[in-house]
Amino acid sequence: MAAVAIEIEDLHKTYVSGGRQVKAVRGISLTVREGESFGLLGPNGAGKSTTFGMLTTRVKPTSGTMSVAGADPTRDPVSVKRRIGAVTQYNTLDRQLTALENLEFRGRFAGLSAREARLRGRELLDRFGLADRGDAMVHRLSGGQAQRVMIARALLTRPAILFLDEPTSGLDPQTRVNLWELLRKMHADGQTIVLTTHYLEEAEALCDQIGIIDHGTMLDSGSQDDLKAREGGDSVVTVVHEPGTELSGILRQARQLAGVSRAEADDATLRAYSGRVEGVVPALLRMSLEAGLFVLDVSVRRPSLETVFLALTGREYRE
Amino acid sequence: MSTDIDPHAELAVTFVPGAPPAAASLLHPRQWRFLALLARDVRVLRRDLFSFVMRSATQPLLFVFVFAYVLPKTQGAGGASPSPGGVSFATILVPGMVASAVMMQGIMAVSTPLVMELSYTREIEDRVLAPVPLWMLALSKIVAGAIQGCLAGLVVLPCVMFVHAPGQAPHISLASWPLAVAVLVLAALLMAGIGLLFGTVVEPRKLSLLFTVMMVPITMLGCVYYPWASLSRVGFLQWLVLVNPLVYVSEGLRAAFVPGVPHLPVWAFMGVLTAGTALICGISTWTLQRRLTD
Repeated sequence: MAAVAIEIEDLHKTYVSGGRQVKAVRGISLTVREGESFGLLGPNGAGKSTTFGMLTTRVKPTSGTMSVAGADPTRDPVSVKRRIGAVTQYNTLDRQLTALENLEFRGRFAGLSAREARLRGRELLDRFGLADRGDAMVHRLSGGQAQRVMIARALLTRPAILFLDEPTSGLDPQTRVNLWELLRKMHADGQTIVLTTHYLEEAEALCDQIGIIDHGTMLDSGSQDDLKAREGGDSVVTVVHEPGTELSGILRQARQLAGVSRAEADDATLRAYSGRVEGVVPALLRMSLEAGLFVLDVSVRRPSLETVFLALTGREYRE
Repeated sequence: MSTDIDPHAELAVTFVPGAPPAAASLLHPRQWRFLALLARDVRVLRRDLFSFVMRSATQPLLFVFVFAYVLPKTQGAGGASPSPGGVSFATILVPGMVASAVMMQGIMAVSTPLVMELSYTREIEDRVLAPVPLWMLALSKIVAGAIQGCLAGLVVLPCVMFVHAPGQAPHISLASWPLAVAVLVLAALLMAGIGLLFGTVVEPRKLSLLFTVMMVPITMLGCVYYPWASLSRVGFLQWLVLVNPLVYVSEGLRAAFVPGVPHLPVWAFMGVLTAGTALICGISTWTLQRRLTD
């Protein structure tokens, strides 16, 4: 098993403002291994950004222990910063500098020579399709370009872990998909990635390990398949018959079918709930055919990250 | 997509800061990173040099133009009333104008961008996530601001020395230049430290207020336009202005440039400037660290 990249244990963060205590993070523990792509998924205000801040040395935890790339962000922030790259949620590029200068100075702040830093900067801009934007001042970059420069800047010091806080929020769909492609390739090349997101499809597309967090606590974490098996509930097989079809007969049979936990009929539509749909679909079809019923449509809805997410975090609105 | 950058080519734990340039071998890596922080500010200043010169020189230039050229001409030979010791107003003005330029640029160069970086643009994250300790970031802001303060003083000095009505030339002595340099450097560091302090505690929407309720009184009551000794006729004010850091800069430069005019003793302004610089730099480094850590 790959070495541990991040280990956090019972992490708490309580903000005090005006005598009021806000418990942003209430006891989060997690482990990320080298080479993993870990997604911290949760609704707005769940504590994702606070956790991101603590992992990237920006926020001091109230209690708990952390190890990030082999160092403690609280006690030795400089070592952690030297080993990670972080892309914040907002455009924090240095607006007084060009895109290439942003990369150059990040490298020099880390102790690289100006020549080496510029060299790596050009390579990264080239790799991210920004070769001709190096001399552009930051305010001339589009949102997607700025985001790629931010990622390039985070990668300049060849970090052991790349952190991204809501990497595609505010980007248009094309830019988002392109960025996903970029991140997927980096992950395939072995880059350890930790990202926060409230987009289910983003976590689904990018992360092999997911932690679902809400109200400052980790509700569940694991691989996507684990989560779906644990929290996603049953798959639903829906068999639609000709209007007016009498289903009471096959409903009784369906309820006795192995693997079906529950079945219901609604007009001419039969729904069967099952933990494993593989054998259930043909069995249901055979029943309908043998009863001489005319089937119009069959569909299967498998548990998705969305059903997992909603099952865990509920449906109430978030600010 | 080419993968010429292998993320594991250099693992974090074995991170070696590239091939340092030849000069770097003489410096500790930490000093090298500090210089990189300064280099960023110098790069920005160089790009912005024209507006920096205009920003520093316009107001002092107009001031000496009106008070050392126009007014003496409109009021005949005497001009603005001669100061104690019978020296021309321009003579009094030169150290004062240099001092106020150092103050203005030293404070503004640090506070204005910092207020923005800490709030609207959040650009400060760029520097905060760089692998340098926060105190080093604070120190680099102070030193970069001090460089701009010194430069502003050096830009203003010739402006105010050579603009005057005929017969009103300032009598400036450069004999005690080491004292002038010492005061200039200390003053620039002190003002940049104050700029850092303001930058970390002032809210962005109060930035213009900072200018009118802090900078203007500091300038008007900073012994810029009159020597401290001449305030003896307004006794309470003479003691009150001693809380104003600019007084020690004006008086220090006056002592260096125009030793003949009565001024604060050298130990007094050097003592206050040294202690004040140490104190303010310490406090502002602390307030910046506090602002940057949630």
